[in-house]
Amino acid sequence: MGIKQYFSLALKSLRTSKMRSFLTMLGIIIGVAAVIVLVSLIGGMSSEITAQFEGMGTNLITVNLMGRGNSNRTVSVDDMESLVTEHPELFSAMSPTVSIGSTTIKYGADTTTSSCQGVNEYYGEIRNYQVAQGRFLSYNDVNGRKKVCLIGSYQWQELFSGGDAIGETVKINGEPFLVIGILEEKDDSSEGSSDDIVMLPYTTARSLGSYARVSSYCFSAQDGTLVDQCITQLERKLYQAYNSTDAYRVTSQAEMLEQMNELTGTMSLVLVGVAGISLLVGGIGIMNIMLVSVTERIREIGIRKSLGARKRDIMGQFLIESATTSACGGVIGILSGIALAYGCGALFHMSIAPSASAILLAFSVSVLIGILFGYLPANKAAKLIPIEALRQQ
Amino acid sequence: MIELRSVYKIYFPGSENEVRALDGINLRIDEGEFVAIVGKSGSGKSTCMNIIGCLDVPTSGEYFIDSTPVSNLSEDDLARLRNKTLGFIFQQYNLISKLSVEENVELPLLYGGIPPEERKIRITQALERVGLAERIHHYPNQLSGGQQQRVSIARALASRPHIMLADEPTGALDSKTSMEILQLLQELNKEGNTIVLITHDNYIATFAQRIIRIQDGKIISDQKNEPKQETNQEAMADGH
Ligand SMILES: Nc1ncnc2c1ncn2[C@@H]1O[C@H](COP(=O)(O)OP(=O)(O)OP(=O)(O)O)[C@@H](O)[C@H]1O
Ligand SMILES: [Mg+2]
Repeated sequence: MGIKQYFSLALKSLRTSKMRSFLTMLGIIIGVAAVIVLVSLIGGMSSEITAQFEGMGTNLITVNLMGRGNSNRTVSVDDMESLVTEHPELFSAMSPTVSIGSTTIKYGADTTTSSCQGVNEYYGEIRNYQVAQGRFLSYNDVNGRKKVCLIGSYQWQELFSGGDAIGETVKINGEPFLVIGILEEKDDSSEGSSDDIVMLPYTTARSLGSYARVSSYCFSAQDGTLVDQCITQLERKLYQAYNSTDAYRVTSQAEMLEQMNELTGTMSLVLVGVAGISLLVGGIGIMNIMLVSVTERIREIGIRKSLGARKRDIMGQFLIESATTSACGGVIGILSGIALAYGCGALFHMSIAPSASAILLAFSVSVLIGILFGYLPANKAAKLIPIEALRQQ
Repeated sequence: MIELRSVYKIYFPGSENEVRALDGINLRIDEGEFVAIVGKSGSGKSTCMNIIGCLDVPTSGEYFIDSTPVSNLSEDDLARLRNKTLGFIFQQYNLISKLSVEENVELPLLYGGIPPEERKIRITQALERVGLAERIHHYPNQLSGGQQQRVSIARALASRPHIMLADEPTGALDSKTSMEILQLLQELNKEGNTIVLITHDNYIATFAQRIIRIQDGKIISDQKNEPKQETNQEAMADGH
């Protein structure tokens, strides 16, 4: 008997026992679809997070100063600057940051409240800020303690209603500042977003409030791979200055990304576990159906053997039958899994990243289970002497 | 030719509920014979037929089919023997209910590796032979008991075996249908087939040329018989 006959026998059997075929497929469909949906959602989530962090620059290193530590010495802007000039192969730029919480910004009769960032001319490049109109801070602005500022798109909308702003004067905490640039929209121009910002030279900012001092530095490494070396240099310098590790904290974007990835990794593991369980449950379903159906069909196997079926004829039929059922279920599972994943993505506004390897794995596992549990009981029945199979009721 | 030499079939040997289903059977059936094996229920008839048909294996003893010792045959050889040499007719028909009449009759041809065109011809021939050609696309549950038994005969005929084994083929049928089946067996015998008919019914046994009586797994008599010929319905009703 040729492969064609096995197929025709197997298909006949599938056609005539729709319920059994359907139940078998259902187990596979659920298993495969669940794995695909979960893996796609996790994949989409972690790639979204990664993209967000990468948008902020993976070369970024931040130094936060917390207090004075044991030493009464402190690190100066010049100390930090010298680090960049001494290690041009590691650092590409640095900027001190003076953060001034709620300041009032006034233009004519309009007032907004915002946090001000005192930075230097490199800040824009380090933190990926683009200027939409006008220009960024210059060396002269910083060095000459010029009273100039850049405003975010939120302020621009609030104070100037999106009209001409360059060259206008705004009052920050009562002091007049010349608007030299408008930052490109990063978020959605709403209050409290990253577009709600005012930037001025840190030298000017320091004189703006009594508590205004350099609270942090940001550095950009020449390359993402040099971040660790940069951190070592920074920590050495800072330790020399403070004689304690409590006074500062050095964090890198890469490190945070790593932490985030670790977190999403753990989450993935949990969800993959859940997916694995659904695959298992599907597998047990398939197993049950196959076991029941073969028991039910032992008599049929006996009849076939009495008509001259060899063991391999019986096995061929059952194998092809279970392989076809499982593969059909697998394909339907893949299709419905992908459709469901995109459906979920659209519903929850999440990006979706179906993984080919997960699809392949889920498919092969469930198809294998299907074939195995179609094969094993049939193998057992095919070994019986015909009369024993025929006597089964 | 079929030959059994001191064949035993013992269930639970040695235990207190030991059953000697066959207790030293010596039997020789020649090519072209029509033999009836008669005995009470539980006497071992079916066991005997299952061993002759290579569906069961004896506990001890030798069995030859066309002078070949069956115990020496491989699984595949046995399958070929069942496919090409032996044809079975069972009391419970043993049709596969989810397959159509055509597909049921086709099975032994499929396993025998007969090419498709030849299969078509043989299916039609076999079904015409039992008078069911027009039921080819029906399913077993759409047929009467007698018709189902005729399908199972067609299935046995399709692969053109020369030994037909029938275990109570008329057991579930009324007397009229029974006569039709017996006539068919007689015809097949006239064409040169060896027929072994198992029955508990003495009247049915009279259709054979030779009657073997079996009791408690032993042969108690083995006689020639003048086979009863086709009778009309009234005679049959009387006969019972
Ligand atoms: N699988 C089995 N296990 C145990 N005992 C069995 C088995 N098959 C048959 N027997 C016993 O063997 C004996 C012969 O059984 P067999 O089926 O050959 O009888 P039979 O002559 O065909 O009877 P009937 O006319 O009722 O069909 C019986 O006593 C039966 O109980
Ligand atoms: Mg019996």
